[in-house]
Amino acid sequence: MGYLMRKEGDTLIVKVNGEFDLHGADFARRDIDIQIKAQGTKHILFDLGGLTFIDSSGLGVILGRYRRISENGGRAAISGAPANIQKVMEISGLPRLMPFFADSSAALRELGQREVRRPL
Amino acid sequence: MTSNRMSLEFLSCSENVGLARVAVAAFASGADFNLNDLEEIKVAVSEAVSNAIIHGYEGALTGTVRLAASLSDEALEIVIEDAGKGIPDLEQAMLPGTGSDPERLGLGFVFMRSFMDDVDVWTEVGRGTRVKLLKSLPASKTTGKVVKN
Repeated sequence: MGYLMRKEGDTLIVKVNGEFDLHGADFARRDIDIQIKAQGTKHILFDLGGLTFIDSSGLGVILGRYRRISENGGRAAISGAPANIQKVMEISGLPRLMPFFADSSAALRELGQREVRRPL
Repeated sequence: MTSNRMSLEFLSCSENVGLARVAVAAFASGADFNLNDLEEIKVAVSEAVSNAIIHGYEGALTGTVRLAASLSDEALEIVIEDAGKGIPDLEQAMLPGTGSDPERLGLGFVFMRSFMDDVDVWTEVGRGTRVKLLKSLPASKTTGKVVKN
């Protein structure tokens, strides 16, 4: 499992590749939290286009970051989740908590659009 | 009648979660499971082995996890066993969202039950936990095969 992080505006984009399970979950959790704090990130986008497997350990990392970002008034989103892991996602209930997008561009547009609509 | 079987024993470290599910998926691919079935089997094995490591051995890297799988004409049976601390309240542990760690979903047993046809758990405090997972082969393969001479 590997992941790359970059910041786009107020959003931290975490691109996860390979198999996201117990092995690597602790490191990913720690690294993402460090970046959220260091970058002053408001929103988070998990780009799962390169994901080949996920179980409840990987989903737990995503859920934990969603909670953290939400507590600070931000939003979390998921993009590019492959068809073979959709069922796992659905059973976990994550789609009820955060929006899913076909690709990261669509997700970023949505996060940006909502930002503009925020009441003054 | 058992047509094939395998067993594997490994240390309770997280690297071996992937090893376990890939080994079982490779073993199961010898039967007529489709790709979706194999994905579901991998998730179920991953959950059971992760539970053994996280809860059975509480993260200690020195425990032993035993995995055995057998394949018959009807089904794939997988047994995952640890000699860890056991589950004090099994009924409670099998409910969704009841994990002890807020970072975890508490969905391990939910995934196992969703993806397998039968999940059977034996546990005893201080002795360990054994999870038996059963996945039936597609119905067409249990109603007999047409053999051409």
